[in-house]
Amino acid sequence: MLLIELQKITKDYNGHIIFSDICETLREGSCLVITGPNGSGKTTLLKILAGLIRPASGKFTISVDGTLLADENRKDYLGFVSPDLYLYEELTALENLEFFVKVRGLAESEEYCLKLLKKVQLDKWGGSLVGTYSTGMKQRLKFAYALLHQPLLLLLDEPGANLDEEGQALVQEIISQQKETGAVILSTNDPAEVARYGDQVLKLDEAGRCFIK
Amino acid sequence: MFWKVCLGIWMSLVIIASFLYAPPALGLGEVSRIIYYHVPLAWVAVLAYMVSMINAIKYLRTSSIEYDYRTSFNAEVGTIFALLATVTGAIFANATWGTYWNWDPRQTSIFVLLLIYGSYFALRSAIDDREQKARLSSVYAIIAFITVPFLVFIIPRIYASLHPDPIVNIEGRLQMDARMLRVFISSLAGFTGIYFWIYNLQNRIINLKGKIKGRL
Amino acid sequence: MVTRFLSWTRQAGALLNKDFKAEFRTKYALNSFLMFAVTTLVIVSFAVGPYYLDPVMHASFIWIIIFFSAMAGLARAFIKEQERGTVYALKLSTTPEIIYLGKFCFNLLLLLLVLLVIIPFYFFFLSPSVGNPLLLVVVLLLGSLGLTGTTTILSAIVSKANVKGNLLPVLAFPVLLPLLVTSINGTRLALEGYTFGEASSELRVLSSFFVIMTTVSLLLFNYVWED
Repeated sequence: MLLIELQKITKDYNGHIIFSDICETLREGSCLVITGPNGSGKTTLLKILAGLIRPASGKFTISVDGTLLADENRKDYLGFVSPDLYLYEELTALENLEFFVKVRGLAESEEYCLKLLKKVQLDKWGGSLVGTYSTGMKQRLKFAYALLHQPLLLLLDEPGANLDEEGQALVQEIISQQKETGAVILSTNDPAEVARYGDQVLKLDEAGRCFIK
Repeated sequence: MFWKVCLGIWMSLVIIASFLYAPPALGLGEVSRIIYYHVPLAWVAVLAYMVSMINAIKYLRTSSIEYDYRTSFNAEVGTIFALLATVTGAIFANATWGTYWNWDPRQTSIFVLLLIYGSYFALRSAIDDREQKARLSSVYAIIAFITVPFLVFIIPRIYASLHPDPIVNIEGRLQMDARMLRVFISSLAGFTGIYFWIYNLQNRIINLKGKIKGRL
Repeated sequence: MVTRFLSWTRQAGALLNKDFKAEFRTKYALNSFLMFAVTTLVIVSFAVGPYYLDPVMHASFIWIIIFFSAMAGLARAFIKEQERGTVYALKLSTTPEIIYLGKFCFNLLLLLLVLLVIIPFYFFFLSPSVGNPLLLVVVLLLGSLGLTGTTTILSAIVSKANVKGNLLPVLAFPVLLPLLVTSINGTRLALEGYTFGEASSELRVLSSFFVIMTTVSLLLFNYVWED
């Protein structure tokens, strides 16, 4: 039983308010889509949810089976994909995944990482340096990175960016698989994606927010 | 208002007394009068730094930007007093030993204090985001403060081993007679009073700033 | 408790391993570190080589070279993560303490590697006489530990500032002054041939500096690392 709550999240930048009083509730099996024009703060909101930035006020809580997760433990339950996320270009894809597995303290083997690479269709290039990847390949690798620890909540910032048709199908598959065991929050500009994925929709505009279901 | 006037009168008396009432120290002559200014200035510089550091810790605990205003304000006050202390010390050094700068223990410590202040402000000016500026400079202030006891401990040692010349205490072998002591303590009290007056002004400025922000 | 500690060492070790692998492939930090050290050493050698230098001067030069090349080389640890954008991936993977430990170990290894090259070179160019070689090694080691412990957190601070390049020496010098002075003194004692007992107060200051600064850095690192 997963319960995710956004309580009155507000963020400003040097006095200028980006968004204020965002309230949402999300349960497992559900996907929340955040949408809005460029500059409305979608990426910022996702970063706040990922714990990378602190909000000016408000709280973001995750409860698993009734127990509230502490802030420090949140990163073990979250997976994050974003254009602002970069992986290590001097290492190969496999080395990247193995590093993140080890640094998270997980016990997974090389097999597991190879399987993950296969899932995002990068298994043939597992031994190449990430610096040689195309942007689409890098995007797929980011998904592998986000899914490493089997997170309960996936945060996806513009998940379809740089991906071809096959890639978009992969994203759809990942999202539907994730909804079976957890939840997804994603941000996008594309109205097709809003329609396709949005069980709940949160629309940000320049001045604040409004809610459409 | 009342205290400000009292403080003003007190300091005026101290200044007059330092020239007319206290006798010149044996062997050092009139120049020894600078002690009534130099030591209290150095003392206030250190006091300001301690207050600054306490506020830095408070900021890290509460993230309330008020404490950061206090931290930087006190650092500014401390810098000014430290500079004045250095200058008065150098004047004294020149009058007694012939050179303005000697790397003797106290001069070195005040120099390091100035360096720390300088680095603190350099760091603050290199960061734009208000919260990051506050957080990172508070961390730096605390780290720098921790090294000061080390400095105090090792300075006598380095002086003894790197510079075989005899160590000279800035106060020299002054035996302060009763009148000198009286003026000295009064000056100390007076300068501390000035510091608290500045501290009080600072609090009022911060409150006003907060009110203006609130109204916007 | 023990399993937690072992898990920490494994995680920090993974970070160390990753940094080492990446560094080995690009050699950015190592190159700038070594280049700076060698250049400074050569300049010193040109300038004062023909003259007789007493142990104090040798000690001072050694530590000037170490300090400035460390400023050039150790800053990269965090600046690289910030510039390449990998901070987010790292932040989401593990706790600040582990990141500090991993980076500390990496910086220490880098520094020791450079020392391994530079100290023999120094002896080759300037031929100081060494009275107590073991003491010299111990002083260099303890000094390096203290240097790394402090520089790691300071370079994390610098990585978030705007003008990254020259800020580290500015921040580091006042903080490292006690360490530098004591290390220079300890090195001098080692060159002059004093015993461990006679250098005991220097060794004590160096060890306590390392322990205290690293502990404080570990405690404060969280505030520097989070946004």
